[in-house]
Amino acid sequence: MANDRIKNKFGQLSKEGRAGLITFLTAGDPDMSTGQNLLNSLPKSGADLIELGIPFSDPMADGPVIQASSQRALKSGITLNKILYMVLQFRTFDNTTPIILMGYYNPIYRYGAQKFFDDARKAGVDGLIIVDLPVEEDELLELSKSKEIDLIYLIAPTTDERRLPIITRQASGFLYYVSMTGITGTRSADRMEVEEAFPIMRQYTELPIAVGFGIKTAKQAKEIAMFADAVVVGSALVSIIEKNLEGINSKVDKKRLCNSVLKQVSNLSKAIKAAPKSRNVGQSV
Amino acid sequence: MTKNNSLQQGPDERGHFGIYGGRYVAETLMPVILEVEKAYRGAKNEESFNNELTYFLKHYVGRPSPLYYAKRLSESLGGAKIYFKREDLNHTGAHKINNCIGQILLARQMGKSRIIAETGAGMHGVATATVCALFDLPCTIYMGSSDIERQSPNVSRMELLGAKIVPVTSGSATLKDAMNEALRDWVTNVRETYYLIGTVAGPHPFPEMVRDFQAVIGLEVREQIKELEGRLPDTLVACIGGGSNAMGLFHPFLDENQINIIAVEASGSGIDTGLHAASLTAGEPGILHGNRTYLLQDDHGQVAEAHSISAGLDYPGVGPEHAWLKDSGRVEYVSVTDSEALEAFKLTSALEGIIPALEPAHAVAHVQKIAGGLSPEHLLVLNMCGRGDKDMDTVNRFVET
Repeated sequence: MANDRIKNKFGQLSKEGRAGLITFLTAGDPDMSTGQNLLNSLPKSGADLIELGIPFSDPMADGPVIQASSQRALKSGITLNKILYMVLQFRTFDNTTPIILMGYYNPIYRYGAQKFFDDARKAGVDGLIIVDLPVEEDELLELSKSKEIDLIYLIAPTTDERRLPIITRQASGFLYYVSMTGITGTRSADRMEVEEAFPIMRQYTELPIAVGFGIKTAKQAKEIAMFADAVVVGSALVSIIEKNLEGINSKVDKKRLCNSVLKQVSNLSKAIKAAPKSRNVGQSV
Repeated sequence: MTKNNSLQQGPDERGHFGIYGGRYVAETLMPVILEVEKAYRGAKNEESFNNELTYFLKHYVGRPSPLYYAKRLSESLGGAKIYFKREDLNHTGAHKINNCIGQILLARQMGKSRIIAETGAGMHGVATATVCALFDLPCTIYMGSSDIERQSPNVSRMELLGAKIVPVTSGSATLKDAMNEALRDWVTNVRETYYLIGTVAGPHPFPEMVRDFQAVIGLEVREQIKELEGRLPDTLVACIGGGSNAMGLFHPFLDENQINIIAVEASGSGIDTGLHAASLTAGEPGILHGNRTYLLQDDHGQVAEAHSISAGLDYPGVGPEHAWLKDSGRVEYVSVTDSEALEAFKLTSALEGIIPALEPAHAVAHVQKIAGGLSPEHLLVLNMCGRGDKDMDTVNRFVET
């Protein structure tokens, strides 16, 4: 049976005539059980798709917020195996919300690519974003096709029209437009610049296009949702975890932490749902 | 001419040395990396670029560097005839400047207006700050805060030369972390910035390009040893962190199978203590900083912190061409500890009047182990890749503790 949660989700969003909310949290942040609780509660708070970060010791494309969350998660003992188990747990009650693992190549390479794709497929992972695996390094392409786990590629403001078709040809699931040159969670996206990039990208692909890096507030999310197919919010959510961690250790406080994160997810979701659609091009699914 | 089966013709057009190398970087950086590659391919065959490079290497760096017969050390070890390739006599005191001259000329040709670099021991930082002063380009150097502390003379030099030093406190606060921060800077300021990588690592074309700029070391040795001894050397020895001085010496000799080639890694407190920087001796293949290579890492692919008394060798990875040469068996990779390097540091100072950097002191330490077993006709060339003034604080502290 084809693994088509991503396709179905974007199809449904298209019918609803709105953009989707993609939330990013680092797996196992701030600890394993809180991380699982957060993951489990994301869909009912309004996350349409879920990105789960695979923590890495050397996150070269990430800003201070995600760097710190990766360190917390690694300290809590998270491993790729445990992340797949988290997804498996999630799948026991949710079989429609797409889960995309996002991270760097080394943990997957070390796990063994073949074994990883097998296990990820079984766990219910739908897509992968490997930040340091550009289209030129296409060694996972065959596995991605045979195991029906989408390889989701990034398009950057520096990507020119010569590279664009090379990326869109290899991509599956959706495309992820990086809204600015830089690391995660530092600058804010320039709405005008991002919007201008869309007609060019749409010429080369019928896949949905999400926008991420640099979207912090509900207001920004709403603006981007007017023309994008999905909006990714990561560092802004992770920083809520960070803020709530100061001096806490009780279960009650962890619950409050989850509630603060989920409340912001729901704010973002409401903002995105309220965004008027200015685009007349959309995904063709 | 290199033959079809030559070990000198790598990497392939995608930057792979066997399974190693490649371009494992974020999409934001891919276009600029392709731009660097294209510019380098052009420059490499351009007469004007090569003339300019030769001019600065001769009149500014002071090349060729001498090939010096270390008579007292040879006699004291009682075996091989040991030559030092005196890269420590280059302007700025190490081999790093060879690469910096090449890359700064390229950056200028590409119209880049800002230079960034990472540094461990500070020698690459000093060399980068130097060429930036020479060509009037603003320069930012990322350096781990641990390294800033143990290589403070180099920090002052870089500041005097006009560079902005950014201390890096994440991770182990050494070279690996400095490289992470430099990459984050590059991805943010990609359009105007040139990242002047200091070793034969990073995404393609850096391993190949840095090797080519450093190959002047081996090419000179070929000529010099023929003039002095009438033949090629029998053994080459160099220390290896990222591996640029070693690659520079070795590369022109890779196809001469009769020549023993030995690279010396830093085993810190000892391989079995886990506190070392010997990625080829004790690491596993993985992906970091844009290339696949041997890495110190745990079972889950998290990169480990390296440990070495020498800041220049304190890196958990190594250039991808070395990874490939290890697997092929062409180069022998060995390691020596902090204490052994320190002994060699003192011995070289006392016998030759040359205070070596702690990095090549590792190479001397290995030569101490093997020289006695070799005949007096055996010609051994050691790359004395840097001078040790910068290390006096570290050495004094180590002796005290």
